[in-house]
Amino acid sequence: MSVTLDIRLKRANKVYHEGEVVAGVILLVCKEALQHHGISLSMEGLVNLQLSSKSVGVFEAFYNSVKPIQLISSNIEVAKAGKVPAGKTEIPFEFPLITKGNKVLYETYHGVFVNIQYTLRCDMKRSLLAKDLSRNCEFIVHCQPQKAKVVPTPVNFTITPDTLQNIRERSSLPKFLIRGHLDATNCVISQPLTGEVVVENSDVAIKSIELQLVRVETCGCAEGYARDATEIQNIQIAEGDVCHGLAIPIYMVFPRLFTCPTLETTNFKVEFEVNIVIVLHDDHLITENFPLKLCRV
Amino acid sequence: CCVTRRSRGRNYEAELQRCRPEAAPVEFGDYHPLKPIMVTDTKSRRGARKGSTSSSSSSSSSAPADPLSSMLDGTDPLSMFAAASVSEKKREKEEEVVGPDFEPWSSKRGEILARFTTTEKLSINLFMGSDKGKAPSPGSSAVSEKVRTRLEELDDLEEGSQRELLNLSQQDYANRIEELNQSLKEAWASDQKVKALKIVIQCSKLLSDTSVIQFYPSKFVLITDILDTFGRLVYDRIWTMCSDPRPLPDSFTVDDVNDTAKETCLNWFFKIASIRELLPRLYVEAAILKCNRFLNKTGIQETLPRLTAMIRGIGDPLVAAYTRAYLCRVGMEVAPHLKDSLNRNFFDLLGTFRQVSGESVQNQLVQQRVEVPEYLTLYSPAINWILQCIAYRAPEPLLTEMMERCKKLGNNALLLNSVMRAFRPEFVAARATDFIGMIKDCDEAGFPKHLLFGSLGRSLACADPPESERLTILNEAWKVVTKVRSPQVEYRCYDYICDHTFYYVSITFIHLSFISRSQKREVNTVLADIIKHMTPDRAFEDAYPQLQSVIRKILTYFQDFSVLFSMERFLPFLDMFQKDSVRVEVCRSIMEVFIKHQVELTRDPVILNAMLHICKTMHDSVNALTLEDEKRSLALLIIGFIRMVSFGRDFEQQLSFCVEARATFCNLEPVLVQLIHTVNHQLRTFITIPSLSSIFSRLSLYLLSGQVALANQCLSQADAFLKAAVGILPDVPRSISVEGKLRSSESFLLDFINNFLATLLVVPDHPEHGVLYLVRGLLNMVQDYTWEDNSDAKVRVYVSALPLLAAMSQETYLYSIPKVDSNETLYGGDPKFLSEINKLCETLIGQILDNLKALGRDESTRRQGALAFSLFGVLLAHGDLRNNKLSQLAVNLWNLCHKHGYCETGISVRTLEYIKHQAQQHDMTHLTDTVQRLALQSRT
Repeated sequence: MSVTLDIRLKRANKVYHEGEVVAGVILLVCKEALQHHGISLSMEGLVNLQLSSKSVGVFEAFYNSVKPIQLISSNIEVAKAGKVPAGKTEIPFEFPLITKGNKVLYETYHGVFVNIQYTLRCDMKRSLLAKDLSRNCEFIVHCQPQKAKVVPTPVNFTITPDTLQNIRERSSLPKFLIRGHLDATNCVISQPLTGEVVVENSDVAIKSIELQLVRVETCGCAEGYARDATEIQNIQIAEGDVCHGLAIPIYMVFPRLFTCPTLETTNFKVEFEVNIVIVLHDDHLITENFPLKLCRV
Repeated sequence: CCVTRRSRGRNYEAELQRCRPEAAPVEFGDYHPLKPIMVTDTKSRRGARKGSTSSSSSSSSSAPADPLSSMLDGTDPLSMFAAASVSEKKREKEEEVVGPDFEPWSSKRGEILARFTTTEKLSINLFMGSDKGKAPSPGSSAVSEKVRTRLEELDDLEEGSQRELLNLSQQDYANRIEELNQSLKEAWASDQKVKALKIVIQCSKLLSDTSVIQFYPSKFVLITDILDTFGRLVYDRIWTMCSDPRPLPDSFTVDDVNDTAKETCLNWFFKIASIRELLPRLYVEAAILKCNRFLNKTGIQETLPRLTAMIRGIGDPLVAAYTRAYLCRVGMEVAPHLKDSLNRNFFDLLGTFRQVSGESVQNQLVQQRVEVPEYLTLYSPAINWILQCIAYRAPEPLLTEMMERCKKLGNNALLLNSVMRAFRPEFVAARATDFIGMIKDCDEAGFPKHLLFGSLGRSLACADPPESERLTILNEAWKVVTKVRSPQVEYRCYDYICDHTFYYVSITFIHLSFISRSQKREVNTVLADIIKHMTPDRAFEDAYPQLQSVIRKILTYFQDFSVLFSMERFLPFLDMFQKDSVRVEVCRSIMEVFIKHQVELTRDPVILNAMLHICKTMHDSVNALTLEDEKRSLALLIIGFIRMVSFGRDFEQQLSFCVEARATFCNLEPVLVQLIHTVNHQLRTFITIPSLSSIFSRLSLYLLSGQVALANQCLSQADAFLKAAVGILPDVPRSISVEGKLRSSESFLLDFINNFLATLLVVPDHPEHGVLYLVRGLLNMVQDYTWEDNSDAKVRVYVSALPLLAAMSQETYLYSIPKVDSNETLYGGDPKFLSEINKLCETLIGQILDNLKALGRDESTRRQGALAFSLFGVLLAHGDLRNNKLSQLAVNLWNLCHKHGYCETGISVRTLEYIKHQAQQHDMTHLTDTVQRLALQSRT
């Protein structure tokens, strides 16, 4: 006897905001009438924090993972014990997305050490002989757009051997002059990061120019805090010996789920940076770092 | 039963008079049922319809209104609607959609694949294998094996294994790519969208690999096919997602698209935006550019410029150029009205063009041992395509701007070449002087200048430059062309562009020469020059198509053949076509033009000599293997020429021409027949006719020649022709082949003899031979001829000879030839002559009767009856039935043919009525008696 249990949200993109109603149906498909001991539906929003093994010891990282922070939780009984008729049954449901007290609904974010996730879980209890059925469904929360207007502040940059730090032998570096600008470092998350980069001149041919999007996650814990920077994605914007003096566009779409508006709370922080990485043909790697401030409007 | 049989006297005039009123009872007055259908009307209508499809064409014929014709006039409501909608559509099309005059990519594909080939080994480097190296050919694969390879594939996928296929030949490479294309489709069909995307990404990555650079354009073609497939798959999938409950209209907007479809589409774009490498990201996004329609109105319009700008990040100029070509191609397909990004692409291309001579590229060329000129040609498909997109229906100022920019930015020969090829010929022609200036100044960079003139020539061959500049252009171009010393060397180097060039240049000159009114001398010089350049090392062998088009071009301009052939280099030029098939083809095209345009008869020795030469070439190509059709068409062409030759009254000349022609064209019979017809004016065909193989053409030509001779009062010749005809009669075979089937020749022969007999009436007797010499001769031949068994043909000839004899015994003949005295005047009704005729008649009738008896014995009564009836008819019409014996014979014949009841009653009744009718004439009253003796036998 096969039964399928599914949760279907009304919105195709599964995106909701605080104060809205998460609506959908529980979908039950079975060939024969189905006896059950009650169907329940729960909604939960959690922040999972994890300490990286780099910051603390391996064992501590394993055992001392910080207790998840609950953002929202509610539970309803969809159906009392009874029978579901054969065929397709749809049970509609609605959850108001409202927090208790002064809690804030952070935006959904999938990171390495910080995860903010919202799920719907449907459980169907059954008799001792049959297994209980359960189904999870993630939905996405976008935080309220910020009120203040974002005024783009363009950032110009010039990279020459002299502007570099962290190098061993400055003398072995080939000569180059790379100029450019980012249209803004306070970016709207739904819009791409844009700008231009110009290779004015370079003694050694360029091999590649890349944009590296980096997340910086900070978790506070008893012993202090852990701050880790990891790569989200690396987008190549130039390949090979590009034409000198020609503006090459910087263009990167912020990936969904893996980015969120820059977040700062008492327990954890999520920040983003972009590195402009220039790889020379002799495998010299030149990086210019720009902290970003993401927001939603 | 020897009876004196005689023909009755006839008064042909009176008979004709009697017949006339009966024959034409209907007055062709105003009324006639068939009359309203007037030819004039149909003609004018047809003309109007052919001219245009517009509905305004009205026929202005004065013919009475025919309801049908007014329906067909083109003004009926249906065609008016059709016309209106067509023009509307046209307007729409002009606004945005690409019309049929835009040469599509698909037509370039094959050309590129064929042109950019390599013998070097290629490699495919894939991170995700879809290698089916061990997979057997489709159809023979066992299921288990298929499953196994599938599983292997999946493993490959999961491991992300890197796989490099080395040492592939070009064909292998193409096959691999096709395999990838297939596995893309399979993956898609089995809902493995991620795998599909991976395949596409890996494929587009291959485009950043420029090792074996000569193959790059072909690689581009192969791989963009996969991208096109992918783009189509994604678009169709999203489209079907919205087609519930009913399919989306073609002109759908964002509002018609449901959220799920939008979300799916958005997902694709997010996925693609996160592709790490630049080139695959560009290509894949371009491939699904069309899907922007599902998301928002301005998507395409925003994406195109962005992608265009992103291409700047591609360092390799060749890779960049092709990426631009792909973007333009997609743009042209999806949003042809967005011209700006097309232009941007070209400007960026110009901007980065200096990289071609940059260090990276040069190093690469050295490494791959590729010459700069060859490398440059690799760009042409991409640049040509981009320019074609830009130039399509572009306004003049834009083109001018493009030209200016090309000039400013390096004025590179390659670019200039592409500009001249892509832009409208009229545009180029109008600025020919500017272009020549640019060609002179431009940076050659391994691109030979005469090729530029070739491209210029291509345009000038289609459109005329301004009148005033023509001579300058000619002179400038001339200088360059004379410098091209050895084209065959160039051919080897740049085989693709080069082979077109020389001939374009030449065509230009021919064209220019023509328009600058210095025609003959210049063209002659050009021809001389071509000959000079093409002859060493037999270079012409590689250039037949080009040389042929030179000829074609010349022919379109020189329709006056006396001018054409007076160019002394023309025939030597023709001699360069040494391959038989090509040669004949060229001759054929010349002949066709000649026949079409030579209106007046000619006797110009220059034309005659040259044409004879050409015709001889065509004739000499005929051999045992030549098809009949081929022979026929060649013969037609040659006949066309012979017909145009006339020396007026100068018969000697004409004759000698014909004699020469006869000697030359002895293999084509129709030509000889034509020659005989021509020469018949001079009566000297005697020698030619026997050389014909068809006996019937010989016979009829003899007869015809005889008639012509008579008409020209050449009695002895006529006599000889007719004698000859009689002489060959015994040679007529019993069966001949008609249209490939073997048929009895009897009916042809009977026809001929009847025709011959009719001619004999007017042929006067030869003074040295006896009376009715020819008639006797003919009858003797008929007697001796071996007729088919069981055939009455011989007797039929006898029966049909009787009317002739009857006609000969008249005082005035039915017809005569002016100025030729027939037997009527020669003998003047001499009793001796008449008795000769009578004797002959008797003999004939005797023969016929014998035959009838024999038939009676053989029990072939049906034949007997028919024969008897025809003899009865002849007697009735031509015999004098006042003679008792003759009338008795007629009655006997009548009875004979009714004896066995084979006679058709209807005919018998009509015959009786005719006789009764005849009997009413005053001198025919005797017939009444006869009629009474003719009994109608009812059929038993």
